[in-house]
Amino acid sequence: MTNTRNSKRRSGMSRREILAAGAGGVALAGFTPSLFSIARAQAGTIKIGFPVPLTGPFGAEAQDQVRAAEIAIKEFNDAGGFQGRLAELLVRDDKLNPGEAATRTLELIEKDKVNYVVGSLSAAVQLSINNVTKERGVIFNSISQSDAINEVKDWSKFTFHEALNPHMTAGAVGRYAFSKFGKKVVYLTADYAYGHEMVRGFESAGKPLGVQTLADIRHPIGANDYSAFLPRIQSLRPDVLCICNFGRDQVNAVKQATEFGLKEKIKIVAPVLLYTARVAGGPEIFEGVVGGTSYYWRLEDTIPTAKAFNDKFRAANGGAVPSDYGALGYAGVRTVLTAAKAAGSTDTDKVVEAMRNLKYDFYKGPQYYRGCDHQSVQSVLVIESKSKDMKDKNDVFNIVGVETPDEKNLRSCADLGHKA
Amino acid sequence: MSGLTLDLLLLQIVTGVALGSVFVLLAIGLSLIFGMLTIVNFAHGAFYMVGAYMGVFLYGLTKNFWLCLVLVPLGVGSIGLVVERFLIRPLYGRNIDDPLLLTFGLGYVFIESIRILFGLNGIPFSTPAGLRGAVDIGIGHFPLYRLFLIGATGVLVLGLWLFIEKTKFGLIIRAGARDPEILKVLGIDVSKIWLLVFGIGTGIAGLSGILAAPLQAVTPEMGIPVLAEAFVVTVVGGMGSLIGAVTAGLMVGIVVAMTSLFMPEMAKVSIFLLMALVLLVRPQGLFGRAGLMG
Repeated sequence: MTNTRNSKRRSGMSRREILAAGAGGVALAGFTPSLFSIARAQAGTIKIGFPVPLTGPFGAEAQDQVRAAEIAIKEFNDAGGFQGRLAELLVRDDKLNPGEAATRTLELIEKDKVNYVVGSLSAAVQLSINNVTKERGVIFNSISQSDAINEVKDWSKFTFHEALNPHMTAGAVGRYAFSKFGKKVVYLTADYAYGHEMVRGFESAGKPLGVQTLADIRHPIGANDYSAFLPRIQSLRPDVLCICNFGRDQVNAVKQATEFGLKEKIKIVAPVLLYTARVAGGPEIFEGVVGGTSYYWRLEDTIPTAKAFNDKFRAANGGAVPSDYGALGYAGVRTVLTAAKAAGSTDTDKVVEAMRNLKYDFYKGPQYYRGCDHQSVQSVLVIESKSKDMKDKNDVFNIVGVETPDEKNLRSCADLGHKA
Repeated sequence: MSGLTLDLLLLQIVTGVALGSVFVLLAIGLSLIFGMLTIVNFAHGAFYMVGAYMGVFLYGLTKNFWLCLVLVPLGVGSIGLVVERFLIRPLYGRNIDDPLLLTFGLGYVFIESIRILFGLNGIPFSTPAGLRGAVDIGIGHFPLYRLFLIGATGVLVLGLWLFIEKTKFGLIIRAGARDPEILKVLGIDVSKIWLLVFGIGTGIAGLSGILAAPLQAVTPEMGIPVLAEAFVVTVVGGMGSLIGAVTAGLMVGIVVAMTSLFMPEMAKVSIFLLMALVLLVRPQGLFGRAGLMG
């Protein structure tokens, strides 16, 4: 392996770095970021590193992210690329593991010489990737939910956040659900950053409405049985049960809550109601569950760019529609490529400037990155799962509310620690 | 904690028993195979997952849950027979690690095959129509399906116990576990017994899978966490002990239910704390014989 040989030649490396080099092919630790920008600028193709959890519990979502990202790449290349340079997507499996993600990202930057990094599907993993990219001065556009990534502690000028964050998502769902279904709330929360941030989002949206938290029950992430939490929830008699977990956990929790007959008296709400989870869980189980999302394919009924994106996705994937997180893969890649074109350069600093000035409508209506934290200001959809009146098997939700893009629904720049 | 009533406590215990039933089902298959064959079957969770998928698939074809409850254990058990005959049999007489590694790898082969056949995302399955809904059991409403699950587990355990303790075939199985050499001398083909025991053990794993399909998301990875739990139950009960598997399964279920009520964050850890405690006091498990692994 050439990388091992390289690393042996270089002196002054720690044992750990040499091990990393041998295992992951990371051989060039110690170079300064500026030297790298020069190396990157000379490269032929525009390379986008795309670390996502292809294996593990979010594999289905991650594969959809890749499919959608490939559409953005193809569009760019079909339009002739940028000054004759074509784009290429370098997909890596981060295995939903922050350490693995850091290694893969370092390898993408140093060995593959990617120009930009887009990807991730986990609050913790994106922070890990962001740590690497901000240190190396490489643009990272995260397509996964997180509040922390906007905060000054983790943020850098190279950090962009195309996905929604928990504050926006839970906020939109909370404002809709609490005013409609009642003010007494129980949370069933996955005990990690994602869950905690969602609860905080719900509570800050609920405060002005006078919402009362009866209990916040925290369950270990990856639990497969929630039945033991349900009798207590039932006896608390809430109006709304917010199930703040993700993926398989969401399917299991909703399945068992339905089984226990909780839906008869309690409205079940999820901050992020996943398309893939709904498909895996089935119509009866998710019937009536309300949640938030960044994207649902039926937006195509009202938004032309959604229709255009869906049609491209359908054509490339045998008629399948893009999922919520999948669509983010498209937006995350397309924003970076569009910014490079607009900047007239692939140079990192110029592309950062161009992204900051971008006003775009790629697939869900107007969006832009907020100046202080590079959070994409965008619409949040509130959807309800249905089992009847389905147009086809993909028609699983009704869009029951839309919060239009508005900075007042984001945490303020001062709250995040930014100087306005 | 506010709102704690006797009804809630009792309901929590019933929830724990239902939860424990799944543990019992998984652990008896695992324990049976270990007790008779001294094989630590790391593919047990994968057999369970295959049972769930086979059940959902067959239910789609037949629309008859009861028929599936018969067909799935037969189907998964048949896979178990093939695995024993062609993969595990060559490893008898070798180090205990060899079949362990084999079944560990086999688990991944099953998971990957299911991913290829049915996709990564998992497939939907709801409780069959006749068993849906919650019924009033005097202390509150409880899902009918979970009551059915408790009953089904009871019937299965009783049947298995009668089979092993009261039939001539069961006698041969028990003798085979005690001293296979003597059994050979008596002119009985031990390899056939081991084949059958492995088939029964994996068949029960498949049955637990289809029984759990209405409770859980049916996904290729659904067997991974339950495998760890099933091992804890067998270790607590004593490796190879049927009565141990039943007692420990119910115990673990109730412990999980109670920690979920009072310290929800600890629900997952509580199982392992219980195991550590039991092992400190009784290293061979509650009903285990000492020195079986030695």
